[in-house]
Amino acid sequence: MTEHEERRVRKTLAWLDMAGRKAGTWAFLLNRLTGLGLLLYLLLHLGVLSLLAMGEMQWDAFIALARSPLFLVLDVVLIFGILYHGLNGIRVALVGMGIGVRWQKGIFWTLMGLGVLLLAITGWLVFTM
Amino acid sequence: MKQEMSDPVMAFDGNELWTIHYRVFRYKRSSGKPHYDKFNVEIAPHETVLDGLEKIWAFQDRSLTFRHACHHASCGSCGIRVNGVEKLPCIVPIREVTRDGGTVLCEPLRNFPLVSDLVVDLGQFYRRLEEAHFQIIRSSEPIERDEHESSNVHTRFENCIECGLCVSACPVSGTDGLYFGPAALAASWRMIQEPRGVDPLSVRSNADQEHGCWRCHVAFECSEVCPSNVDPAAAIMALRQDLLKRKLLRLFQRGDHDRA
Ligand code: SF4
Ligand code: FES
Repeated sequence: MTEHEERRVRKTLAWLDMAGRKAGTWAFLLNRLTGLGLLLYLLLHLGVLSLLAMGEMQWDAFIALARSPLFLVLDVVLIFGILYHGLNGIRVALVGMGIGVRWQKGIFWTLMGLGVLLLAITGWLVFTM
Repeated sequence: MKQEMSDPVMAFDGNELWTIHYRVFRYKRSSGKPHYDKFNVEIAPHETVLDGLEKIWAFQDRSLTFRHACHHASCGSCGIRVNGVEKLPCIVPIREVTRDGGTVLCEPLRNFPLVSDLVVDLGQFYRRLEEAHFQIIRSSEPIERDEHESSNVHTRFENCIECGLCVSACPVSGTDGLYFGPAALAASWRMIQEPRGVDPLSVRSNADQEHGCWRCHVAFECSEVCPSNVDPAAAIMALRQDLLKRKLLRLFQRGDHDRA
């Protein structure tokens, strides 16, 4: 590894240095991870849609797989990612424009509370519908 | 959140001595790998973490390097990480971070080049404060400066003590070495609020860059550790709001011109 690459790796790992850090860095880290996860999902989603072009057989096989319990758990993980990224995004956008700076912690925890509620409801729907 | 440890003044016994295990980060350029050294220190619970380091230096290891000067949170030179958290060890009593027989972990600040043991290089950090056009004047003095007067007659009367704790706590400073960092951006905001003879436009255009105020990811860690209540995160957000308003205004004004 060149020195430049080594520095790159170290800087990326700096994301994960949680020693002594508070909720703010967790929020930041989780935002990046869910962001990457959602990007990956989008690519997978497009890939899966291309199965449609390959004919009915492949598509039906995929739909059967998508109804399996493991897949439903992944659905809930996906919903978590969307909810977290979106709700924390509201805080970052507002506070980042100088709105509600003094109450940013309260805003964060309120949005997270809302997120847990929505996750519980949608999770329940995923498994019962 | 601050941890409330043991007794307040009530149970205070002036002669009480605790045995504390200091785990200290060691690094010398000449001798390769960083490692941790352990020192046992007899220290009173009301003495500070810095007192303990000085005892180690005085009685156990003269090669231990760390920085300090004022011993009362005003020079900003002693900043390290105590049990992982950025602190000024000169004002942290032992009883606030451990108990008798406990361990105190001392490490250098993050996100700065390491010089030796607990000492990091703050050179670029100071340069960034200068680039933010941070002007140092006594608040009781007139703002106009004599051209021939050297700047070192001016004494700081600011809240920021330039300790660098905020930069160490900031996750973005860890990823982006070019990021100006919380202290420099807070300084920019101060200069916009109170320009002291500096052109606020040049302060704004300096902050309005990719590695300037827009690089912040709103983790607010800087404000958590700042020992001087600067609240750099709020300053960065104020800076953004100010720039955003100006940009929007310009956009609409340009729209008016187009229509005219
Ligand atoms: S803003 Fe606070 S933490 Fe940062 S250098 Fe100034 S006093 Fe230290
Ligand atoms: S020794 Fe001056 S701030 Fe700690």
